[in-house]
Amino acid sequence: MKDDVTRDERVANLKGMGCSRKRVEDARFTQGKGNYVDDIKLDGMLFGDFVRSPYAHARIKNIDASAAMEVPGVLAVLTAADLEPLGLHWMPTLAGDKQMVLADGKVLFQGQEVAFVVAEDRYAAADGIEAVVVEYEELPVIVDPFEALKTDVVLREDTVQDGKPVDGAHGPRKHHNHIFTWEAGDKDPTEEVIANADVVAEETMYYHRTHPCPLETCGCVASMDKVNGKLTLWGTFQAPHAIRTVVSLISGIEEHNIRVISPDIGGGFGNKVGAYPGYVCSVVASIVTAKPVKWIEDRMDNLMTTAFARDYWMKGRISATKEGKITGLHCHVTADHGGFDACADPTKFPAGFMNICTGSYDIPTAFLEVDGVYTNKAPGGVSYRCSFRVTEAVYFIERMIEVLAIELNMDAAELRRINFIKKEQFPYTAALGWEYDSGDYHTAWDKALKTVDYEGLRAEQARRVEDFKAGKTRKLMGIGLSFFTEIVGAGPVKNCDILGLGMFDSCEIRIHPTGSAIARLGTISQGQGHATTFAQILASEIGLPADSITIEEGDTDTAPYGLGTYGSRSTPVAGAATAMAGRKIRAKAQMIAAYLLEVHDDDVEFDVDRFVVKGAPEKFKTMKDIAFAAYNQAIPGIEPGLEAVSYYDPPNMTYPFGAYVCVMDIDVDTGVPDIRRFYALDDCGTRINPMIIEGQVHGGLTEALAVALGQEIAYDDMGNVKTGTLMDFFLPTAWEVPNYETDYTVTPSPHHPIGAKGVGESPHVGGVPCFSNAVQDAFRAFGNRHTNMPHDHWRIWRTANALGLHD
Amino acid sequence: MIPAAFEYYRPKDLAGVLSILEEHGDDARVMAGGHSLIPMMKLRMAEVPHLIDLQDVDGLHGIDISNGQIRLGAMVTQAEIIDHEGLAAVAPILREAALQIADPQVRYMGTIGGNVANGDPGNDMPGLMQCVNATFHLIGPEGERSVPARAFYEAAYMTAREDEEVLTAVTLPVPDGGYAYEKQKRKIGDYATAAAAVQIVKEDGVCKAASIAMTNLSDTPVFSEDACAALLGTALDDAAVKAAVTAMLGDIDPSEDNRGPVAFKKHVAGVILRRAIERAWSRA
Ligand SMILES: Cc1cc2nc3c(=O)[nH]c(=O)nc-3n(C[C@H](O)[C@H](O)[C@H](O)COP(=O)(O)OP(=O)(O)OC[C@H]3O[C@@H](n4cnc5c(N)ncnc54)[C@H](O)[C@@H]3O)c2cc1C
Repeated sequence: MKDDVTRDERVANLKGMGCSRKRVEDARFTQGKGNYVDDIKLDGMLFGDFVRSPYAHARIKNIDASAAMEVPGVLAVLTAADLEPLGLHWMPTLAGDKQMVLADGKVLFQGQEVAFVVAEDRYAAADGIEAVVVEYEELPVIVDPFEALKTDVVLREDTVQDGKPVDGAHGPRKHHNHIFTWEAGDKDPTEEVIANADVVAEETMYYHRTHPCPLETCGCVASMDKVNGKLTLWGTFQAPHAIRTVVSLISGIEEHNIRVISPDIGGGFGNKVGAYPGYVCSVVASIVTAKPVKWIEDRMDNLMTTAFARDYWMKGRISATKEGKITGLHCHVTADHGGFDACADPTKFPAGFMNICTGSYDIPTAFLEVDGVYTNKAPGGVSYRCSFRVTEAVYFIERMIEVLAIELNMDAAELRRINFIKKEQFPYTAALGWEYDSGDYHTAWDKALKTVDYEGLRAEQARRVEDFKAGKTRKLMGIGLSFFTEIVGAGPVKNCDILGLGMFDSCEIRIHPTGSAIARLGTISQGQGHATTFAQILASEIGLPADSITIEEGDTDTAPYGLGTYGSRSTPVAGAATAMAGRKIRAKAQMIAAYLLEVHDDDVEFDVDRFVVKGAPEKFKTMKDIAFAAYNQAIPGIEPGLEAVSYYDPPNMTYPFGAYVCVMDIDVDTGVPDIRRFYALDDCGTRINPMIIEGQVHGGLTEALAVALGQEIAYDDMGNVKTGTLMDFFLPTAWEVPNYETDYTVTPSPHHPIGAKGVGESPHVGGVPCFSNAVQDAFRAFGNRHTNMPHDHWRIWRTANALGLHD
Repeated sequence: MIPAAFEYYRPKDLAGVLSILEEHGDDARVMAGGHSLIPMMKLRMAEVPHLIDLQDVDGLHGIDISNGQIRLGAMVTQAEIIDHEGLAAVAPILREAALQIADPQVRYMGTIGGNVANGDPGNDMPGLMQCVNATFHLIGPEGERSVPARAFYEAAYMTAREDEEVLTAVTLPVPDGGYAYEKQKRKIGDYATAAAAVQIVKEDGVCKAASIAMTNLSDTPVFSEDACAALLGTALDDAAVKAAVTAMLGDIDPSEDNRGPVAFKKHVAGVILRRAIERAWSRA
């Protein structure tokens, strides 16, 4: 056979791994042709919405819905009393706690769901909400977790018996507002190391509460078909299969009679992992009315009540030798979980992977203790990498390093360098338990510092300080450094499950006779571009062009079971399943090729898009030929068809890392920061689609900028949310965002089938400390050690003011 | 985020507007660009059973410049102010300020009439209009009258305009001298943490006239006569600027909000005014 296409051209035609293939999703998104949950319109569909509590802590004396029932178009008003006979007035959370679906006698946070008004359209529902009269008796509000642990005020009466806290999902509780204590590492040895150290740096930092604010809020459409007994639930679900199982467990409807569909999702960031009262109420309302019921949050609902991020008080001590070699680390966290513990943690990890807080450093001895606390704030703690707490961990260690550098009077870049885990130490077992699979930190760090001319920057900064002191300028210069190690790809079923569901993931491939294919996965894209990248993995694995491969996710009736997309787990877990399923296809294709070429199986080998006879490359069968033969030719000993499925249980997590540098000028008089430069080097192992990686990095850095420089969910003493609209909640636009310089090194994961590691959250994890360190570094020469985020104008100004720079 | 039900009217002339206002009294309200009013209605903080859209009303549009006077119809949008070359040539401070309001989408809808009639201390145009000594023209059941911008604002959302009056136009003398509109905000789309509008006339190196107004630092815009006086007759040396800032600080009364506490706002107000004065002087 003749073939006038070169091998390079054949590789290029596949658009496989390493290709910056354009995103196949964008044609529909950029033309407004996406299909989001609010685009779903069904015959006779009703609309449900919540009466929400204006109070953060109050007893409910009475709910009078009679006037609401008079509002034209209002059909029903559900309260906890209506759900109680069904056992649905409370629901389990993903953290082993339970949560009120509708206020059962009291409310615990502002915006809590009190009643569900079902109406013919959303306008009637809104009028109905206004007409429901709820009588509240205000209770003392506790918004400070430290106060929560002292006060007599009981937030969760359901967790107290005979005046004593009953044990929680993670063991004994110290106080009626305490949720859990979680420990990792060696307590006494750590204390000993710190007590005997040359140098100890101590700092307390508050990582403020924030929210990811996806452009699309949460919502669902529930449709109960009473004829066939089947419930269909469309929704903004980051984990549709888990939602199906949870719905089945709490409703008693058999799992095969529930179909959960995640259509296009407009951003998730963890906000759409958990189960919300809106889902339960929509399902109940659909069962009661026998009509489809839609529920869609507005922006304020979303910001005020759905899964937040952070709210971690971290107290650290780090010890070192005089030369700067770190000897020990101690961390205590007071974690504010709000009114219910609704994190989405693996069961064994109530503080997620906070025990990655030794970071990228070879710290021989460490101890971590986390106390979870109830307060009168919204539940959640899932978003922005929050249940896994890696962002908190990296912020903690990257701040502790800076504080230690100050204590040692040392350069913070050098301090990092002398403490990095060395390349030859991998796989490296950290003091708090994780086994880092791979890394080459020194190479990445050196590349980053060289690219930004670190020494030149420090020299410029020193001159600036002199000029400032001489009254020649009112602007200071900050150099923000951060080196992070991520832990993604949850996770090995042996230690990772959510509500008992193992955290494997899956891929099912069907090759069509003419050589195109469909692959379905247990994950669900929320903008990450899965339909683009997973097709690229397959293209390289099975030799069919990515353009000929459809990727489908999100429909539990068709997709294989998987735990969904969050925690940067899609590529590490489902991406691995995709490669493994592809390899099964290839194994069968090899047998078919050998038969067609009339040689032994072992005498053919895979080459880009075909199997060739070893030593005779002119004799080959393309994957297209093989696909056709698989269906249309009787091959002895081989079943017809070409399909494969793989469920992948990862042997370990993957550990992406990166080196970031931010250069910032700060106007001391107004507190306005100006980001002059941001350099981000990411090592996420094998790079599948460099353009998508770059996009993920830009997006994550922008989130990081927001969190570090102003974005927060702030409460007043009465538990009122002060930042419930986009006027006060900072969502950066193109205007506020600097030009990002991206770079990379490649250290493949040794245990992942294609060596990929996951990148979606890295820039957020590494970006926040980098921006924050830049602000703090600007004031180092004037005695600043640490100030809490968010570094908005007035807080930066306050730092300058406290240092006497306005005098 | 869904407003209560309302009746929608779209009259063609002012007589039509006034008759609906008269008929429904407090229950009726005019809408210009809707970018302050509609959010309030959606939050159900404003209930407007009868909403009168001014879009089609004759005589409220257009920018005219003649005989040293500028007339801006109430329905002139911020985008039109920015785009009008003739206006930018004679009163560049209007463009400089309008460009710092919200974002392009809002500016295509938001009008000068709505901005100055709204009475929200966060709006930028009221202080700006006080700086350039504009006059607001109103029409009501009793006929027409004019109120100087410097006498229009009483308290937050309280102005000299009666409920049944409509603002038809804003007029101002072509401003003289150097100008600056300086605004600190947290992000695009934000109201001012502090803003200053300044016009200064320089003759022979000496300040001949000065006009200074501050935004979002009290429950009304603040036209600071004392700050102006501090600059008059000086060569804008450091002492004069300091005196102007001190005078201005005596006139403002900011309150704490998410943008920061009072001490911060006062400090920033001083910095912003100093910068505005310096820029206006450099252009004078
Ligand atoms: C996201 C966002 C950011 C913004 N940022 C800024 C900012 O930084 N600075 C700023 O100045 N503004 C800002 N605005 C407000 C914007 O400029 C508004 O458009 C403006 O304040 C009101 O103009 P409008 O034409 O939309 O008035 P409308 O909203 O239609 O009306 C406002 C009020 O004025 C009354 N009214 C309107 N026209 C008349 C009239 N002719 N006679 C009598 N009464 C009248 C209405 O009854 C209503 O009470 C922002 C708005 C948004 C949505």
